[in-house]
Amino acid sequence: MDGLATELLTTLVETLRDVLPIAGILFGFQLIVLRQPIPRLRQVLTGFAYVFAGLVLFLVGLERALFPLGKVMAAQLTDPAFIIDGIDDVLGWDDYYWVYLFAMAIGFSTTIAEPSLIAVSMKANKVSGGAISPWGLRIAVAIGAAIGISLGAFRIITGTPLHLYIMAGYVMVIVQTIFAPRMIIALAYDSGGVTTSTVTVPLVAALGLGLASTVPGRSPLLDGFGMIAFTCLFPIMSVMAYAQISEWRARCNARARKEGD
Amino acid sequence: MIKQLQAFLSTLLDSLRDLAPIILVVAFFQLVVLRQPLPNLADVLVGTVLVILGLTLFIRGLDLGLFPFGESMAHAFARKGSVFWLFAFAFALGFGTTVAEPALIAVAEEASKAAAGGGVIPNVEAERDQYALGLRITVALSVGFAIVIGVLRILRGWPIQWVIIAGYMGVVVMTQFAPREIIGIAYDTGGVTTSTITVPLVTALGVGLASSIKGRNPMTDGFGLIAFASLTPMIFVMGYGMLY
Repeated sequence: MDGLATELLTTLVETLRDVLPIAGILFGFQLIVLRQPIPRLRQVLTGFAYVFAGLVLFLVGLERALFPLGKVMAAQLTDPAFIIDGIDDVLGWDDYYWVYLFAMAIGFSTTIAEPSLIAVSMKANKVSGGAISPWGLRIAVAIGAAIGISLGAFRIITGTPLHLYIMAGYVMVIVQTIFAPRMIIALAYDSGGVTTSTVTVPLVAALGLGLASTVPGRSPLLDGFGMIAFTCLFPIMSVMAYAQISEWRARCNARARKEGD
Repeated sequence: MIKQLQAFLSTLLDSLRDLAPIILVVAFFQLVVLRQPLPNLADVLVGTVLVILGLTLFIRGLDLGLFPFGESMAHAFARKGSVFWLFAFAFALGFGTTVAEPALIAVAEEASKAAAGGGVIPNVEAERDQYALGLRITVALSVGFAIVIGVLRILRGWPIQWVIIAGYMGVVVMTQFAPREIIGIAYDTGGVTTSTITVPLVTALGVGLASSIKGRNPMTDGFGLIAFASLTPMIFVMGYGMLY
């Protein structure tokens, strides 16, 4: 338990180093360029203190509970000794089913807990006047991340070139953009970037590295990357799909009501 | 005071619900698939309590501080009307929040190892450190650039999809010319640039600007800054790989 105090202190210092430049830019521009007092100064300062303290506790907690466990799990699940099924000793891509399932489950659950996604969904709910439900958006993003990460695992296992997947993804995004409701497009593009933050990146990177170093013929230096890119790309599609489905259902309902009259 | 406490408690419950899926997933894989007991149960419990408390404080803090302050700054910049200072602020925000980002520091280090392993740079520590620092500055510059372009888009009211499609083309073209070992790293840096503090601030800036400029819709014009911030690093990093 005595490790906890030192851990809190080191994370506090590290987070401070990360946060101070941002605070400096914000308050510097406010006071020097805009030359205005800060409205509701006490409340704002309390909020910043909360954000800072919250981030420190969050990081220490992750480092203590989730990251060690998740990283050991990723290593164990990708270990050939675990995957080999005893029937034949040649590993095929389909022997890794637990890895795909783990990738999917961990992608979904870490995205749901991602603080920056919670922030964006709160904002989107407010700006859209309640039309976008925070949970609908977060679940849509999490489904996208789950698909992205498991496909990323599949790519490392099969050793297919990364850029082909990315380009196919781009084509899909552009096609969906043509058909998706205007209102959702900017938010959908944003949701790619917000998925990969504090909680998701370390676990996904550990999974990718574990796969790249244990799958025969892969090198962690060349093939370990790419998982995060997938996690960024697929939520764009799933959020647009979510909006398309909601719009389609609203239209069906409207038609049914009309026919009922 | 009672109202504050109520708000805090309801956020606490939300955090509990937000973290429930992770707890379930980890428990299922550990106990059912890998069939192993949880190591250091005490650590895991303490950690989980800290995560829940931390998330609750963070979300309360967003509502009290980061969101209103970010938006009030955006309004103030719109009223001031100086495009130069707005761009300077946008660039500083993008560059400043990225250059010290811990996730980026970690990826840059990995990338320097990959470059040394691929024979791009001599495998000595000084060379690797220099490569990693160069990469970090490249990414930070690209994020600063992205926020400036994003703000310009909000001012002008350009539809986001055209800018994004242009960016995608940039990525596709650069992929043809960039050395093979940088491509995976470049694609990944797009994701690691947007940290937990950057996202709410940048979102508040975009939404605040779009709602204080006449003729802009905060929903279609306000979002999108983060999308740019995760796109430009790919292009810039592939460029960095070509120069090296």
